[in-house]
Amino acid sequence: MAVMNLISTINHTLDVELERDDSVVVFGEDVGLEGGVFRATVGLQKKYGEKRVFDTPLAESAIVGTAVGMAINGLRPVAEIQFSGFIYPAYNQIISHVARMRNRTRGRLHLPMVIRMPHGGGIKALEHHSESLDTLLGHIPGLKVVTPSTPYDAKGLLLSAIRDDDPVIFLEPSKIYRAFKQEVPEEDYTIPIGKAKVLKEGTDVTVVTWGAYVHEALKADKLLTEEGIQAEIIDLRTISPIDRDTIIESVQKTGRFVVIHEAAKSFGPGAELIALVNEGAFLHLEAPPTRLAGFDVTIPIPRGEHHYFMDAQRMAAGIKKVVHY
Amino acid sequence: MLTEQYGPLQKKMFQIMDETGAILSPDLVPDRSEEEWLQSYKLMLKTRSADNKALQLQRQGRMLTYAPNTGQEAAQVGSAAAMEKGDWLVPAFRELGAWLSRGVDLERVYLYWYGNELGSQFPEDVRMLPISVPIASQLQHAVGVAMASNIKGESDVTVAYVGDGGTSIGDFSEALNFAGVFNAPVVFIIQNNQYAISVSRQKQTKAETLVQKAVAAGIPGILVDGNDLMAMYAATKEAIERARRGEGPTLIEAYTYRLGAHTTSDDPTKYREDEEVETWRDKDPVKRMKAYLIGKGVWSEEEDAKLIEEYDEEALEVFRKVEASGETKLEDIFKYHFREMPPHLQEQYEEYVQYLEEVE
Ligand SMILES: Cc1ncc(C[n+]2csc(CCOP(=O)(O)OP(=O)(O)O)c2C)c(N)n1
Repeated sequence: MAVMNLISTINHTLDVELERDDSVVVFGEDVGLEGGVFRATVGLQKKYGEKRVFDTPLAESAIVGTAVGMAINGLRPVAEIQFSGFIYPAYNQIISHVARMRNRTRGRLHLPMVIRMPHGGGIKALEHHSESLDTLLGHIPGLKVVTPSTPYDAKGLLLSAIRDDDPVIFLEPSKIYRAFKQEVPEEDYTIPIGKAKVLKEGTDVTVVTWGAYVHEALKADKLLTEEGIQAEIIDLRTISPIDRDTIIESVQKTGRFVVIHEAAKSFGPGAELIALVNEGAFLHLEAPPTRLAGFDVTIPIPRGEHHYFMDAQRMAAGIKKVVHY
Repeated sequence: MLTEQYGPLQKKMFQIMDETGAILSPDLVPDRSEEEWLQSYKLMLKTRSADNKALQLQRQGRMLTYAPNTGQEAAQVGSAAAMEKGDWLVPAFRELGAWLSRGVDLERVYLYWYGNELGSQFPEDVRMLPISVPIASQLQHAVGVAMASNIKGESDVTVAYVGDGGTSIGDFSEALNFAGVFNAPVVFIIQNNQYAISVSRQKQTKAETLVQKAVAAGIPGILVDGNDLMAMYAATKEAIERARRGEGPTLIEAYTYRLGAHTTSDDPTKYREDEEVETWRDKDPVKRMKAYLIGKGVWSEEEDAKLIEEYDEEALEVFRKVEASGETKLEDIFKYHFREMPPHLQEQYEEYVQYLEEVE
């Protein structure tokens, strides 16, 4: 077993799959020669050649659009978008074709493709480098949207994503690319898409989050524990389709629900999660299900970033309000 | 007309001055006084000082990510020098020399790279759009600004910038096409600095030149030595005058080189050879203009060294002011989304202020 951080795990996983399956191709801006601006694909072009791992011109729409064609014609493309904030030129392709091809052709064509990208904020970056697309992608019928919060999960989920016969968007929390290391098995394993993970069991309140916020929420949990509050912490892992059962079961037990996310509050993923809690656990609720979310503002550039992103203390304060409702 | 002599299909590059500062074609030297050339040269020096200082401060951990301009000063200053008072500048993000030429003060620029949106709040009399991070998207705005000048019957011209990488994105082709169709008074300047992060110009397009993309749009174009201040000035001047006469857009490819890293987060040794960089150092736009001015007797090494020192100090002073401005004010992240803050935002703001008071 090797000890790896998130970014080296992505690299290792792509390596595993390029080795195992000749139909896998990896490409995007700066992906080939340089190995990606975050170094996710370092060394892969050297190992697998320019035909399978390559740089593209600067054109997100063409990156995703050509991936569609490759997937139709027998490949398993893994396309990289340099930052989630640059997905928009490709949004037309994603909504109009990536998400629809199977349904449009009534199953005649399908798209085994992955679009990976650094996601979320908190890295003191320029504008457009901190975006949360949970809703913008999760809302599109026909897409699966996955986001790991640990190296171990990243490998299992990315292997599932590449092997999936339908398109999967793979959101990588850039804030934790190098934040910590973990043992990641060398061997092949997958983690099913659509399964959340209970990170810590508790009886007082259900807290659901994902991505980089998982680690902040675990810190918040420590603060709550000191005050005798037993929170159940769930890492959603797949934004779409949501693992309804795990969440409902938990809320039925705790009677309280808090969802925490980076994306702006209005029309955000929290609204969807609260709706399904209301549908599935309404009679168990002892407090209004609550969102701790980003303000309805454009994510500020670095000097204002701390106003936007929540720390453990703020999360704990929000959770406590629900517990003491 | 320069665009005929050096048009996209002529496969020639327009130059007035060679790498040593010697004039190649005296008849093409634009009608400007030595004093005016010296002013432009000083702006190039100022740009370089501001760059060097920003990089130094970044290494000290005081500045955030910064995109340097070194090597591209002539392309930036030369083109902007050809603009008139009411003309609009539409930037990408690597045109410091052009911004300074148009009256943007360094404090704003540093504030932007320091990570505060107020860095994009230019004074009313500066006709410049903010930095546009999504590559090439700004070109559409440039065409729209120019179309508006036409519609309103005004004679202002818009000058817009993009990088070589930016020419691969659909927005670029769409903007050129619109500009042609609507005969928009706009000048597109491609700063071809040979790289889009690690991706070389050769991998960006199979086209032999970038300027030949003008042909498809049916608009004139010209390939210019982007390290030649005089050539950049002359080509832009001609294009601006054509636009002002109502004869529509022009595409200029400024052939230059990014001597530094893409940004402070980039390590160019991963994708290019030192020797290549060295050959371009010989073509340094600042060096050749200095040699020219010294040759004309209007400048000296001593004055040069002294001015660089002054600019360095000034840049540091400006930065200190920016640094002292501290963090973005909380209300600033809320209050600029709409003319009036809607109730739900007001509520989010107040709730958070209350939270902050509680934890203090
Ligand atoms: C739509 C979009 N995709 C990707 C990026 C990330 N990115 C920032 S700069 C850059 C390269 C730009 O190259 P070029 O247009 O040649 O300009 P240069 O940086 O050389 O000045 C890339 C890919 C972006 N800003 N916007």
